Amino acid sequence: MHEMSIAMAVVGQVEEAAAKAGGVRAVTSVRLQVGELAGVVPDALAFCFELACVGTLLEGAELIAESVPGRAGCATCVDDWAVGTPPQLCCPACGQATAELLSGRELQIVSVRWEDGPARDRTPEPVSEER
Amino acid sequence: MCRVVDLQQAVLAKNETTAHALRTGMAARGTTVINLLSSPGSGKTALLEGELLLARERGVPVAALTADLATENDARRLARSGVPVKQVLTDGLCHLEADMLGRHLEGWLPDSTRLVFVENVGNLVCPASYDLGEALRVVLASVTEGEDKPLKYPTAFGLAQLVVVTKTDIADAVGFDEPAFRAHVEQVNPGVEVVLTSARRGEGLGVLLDRAMAVADGEPAHEPVMGRRHRGHHHTDGSPQTNGSHPHAHPHDCADDPGQSAYVTSAGPSAQPRA
Ligand SMILES: Nc1nc2c(ncn2[C@@H]2O[C@H](COP(=O)(O)OP(=O)(O)OP(=O)(O)O)[C@@H](O)[C@H]2O)c(=O)[nH]1
Ligand SMILES: [Mg+2]
Ligand SMILES: [Zn+2]
Repeated sequence: MHEMSIAMAVVGQVEEAAAKAGGVRAVTSVRLQVGELAGVVPDALAFCFELACVGTLLEGAELIAESVPGRAGCATCVDDWAVGTPPQLCCPACGQATAELLSGRELQIVSVRWEDGPARDRTPEPVSEER
Repeated sequence: MCRVVDLQQAVLAKNETTAHALRTGMAARGTTVINLLSSPGSGKTALLEGELLLARERGVPVAALTADLATENDARRLARSGVPVKQVLTDGLCHLEADMLGRHLEGWLPDSTRLVFVENVGNLVCPASYDLGEALRVVLASVTEGEDKPLKYPTAFGLAQLVVVTKTDIADAVGFDEPAFRAHVEQVNPGVEVVLTSARRGEGLGVLLDRAMAVADGEPAHEPVMGRRHRGHHHTDGSPQTNGSHPHAHPHDCADDPGQSAYVTSAGPSAQPRA
């Protein structure tokens, strides 16, 4: 299951970006684009992401995975279509193998949401407070 | 302060960069890497045994590296051919990554090596996502696995530059439907060559070696639709949105809303769903 490797790569890249930015105290969410043809199972990724975040700046962060549908275009027909699953990558109009994939293999960190800056104006919750 | 920062980084960017460097380095030293993928037991090792032996007979300097979760059995089998063989134990990892391969090749691969065959971990899912810097990716399926394998594992078959059917000696016994298999391959990877082999009977022996040598001699390998990037094709008019590796982050302050719906991408590129 390579979703663990993927999750760890996401955590590593976000930590790196946070270190570069400086002063990040916590990452609260990470937005990912996951293409239909990326070969990644979203549920498995969510499960692994939670584990991979433990003990890092991302502990408890939410993973927002947007699925990106696969689309292909034919170079000769100027036609483009949703490839579906399993994908149909021959041009449905001319049947030729001249198509190219326009989207669907994304595995991309779009953005992250984090808390940074000096001690927040929002007072930290007192330790004694019941939760 | 809480903010949303656009990163726009490919998750596998590091592997892609390493793979690219490895591909360039291997090409510069005149070595061609062949990455073999299949489910466990499809016959990768059996096929390679024959090809390595043949390469040796023909005087082609080849080497092989085989990755497994455990045991050195495959390396032992391959080593009988007499060519340099290395076993990589992945320590639980279900696939090889470019930097692992690079580390194992460094200092081991003889200078004169023309072809190096890499037997990936038996798995049709995970290895498909990792470019190893290979010049030729070969995906195998045995006749016993069912004709619908290419549809069930479209990422693996969709990125293959050569598809090898194995164990044809038992095709009749298991009722292998070759036309159906070919049609399914064509659906996810139009134009890719499919070759039939039997390590047992020697059918198709040498085809893998020939295809690998052709690539080594500079013949372009098949370019799968799934692997083609849409460069130039549509909207090339310099929209920064398509720049996947833009290093700088654009922070936006986020609305102070505790709900998840407060996730603000504002005018950031990510706010637009891709067409
Ligand atoms: N009938 C027949 N059996 C084969 C053939 N090739 C391999 N086998 C058998 O299939 C089984 C698996 O073959 P391997 O070569 O070990 O397969 P593999 O893909 O290397 O397996 P892993 O490395 O474990 O993923 C063995 O029992 C082989 O004897 C063939 O051409 N015909
Ligand atoms: Mg093997
Ligand atoms: Zn067309």
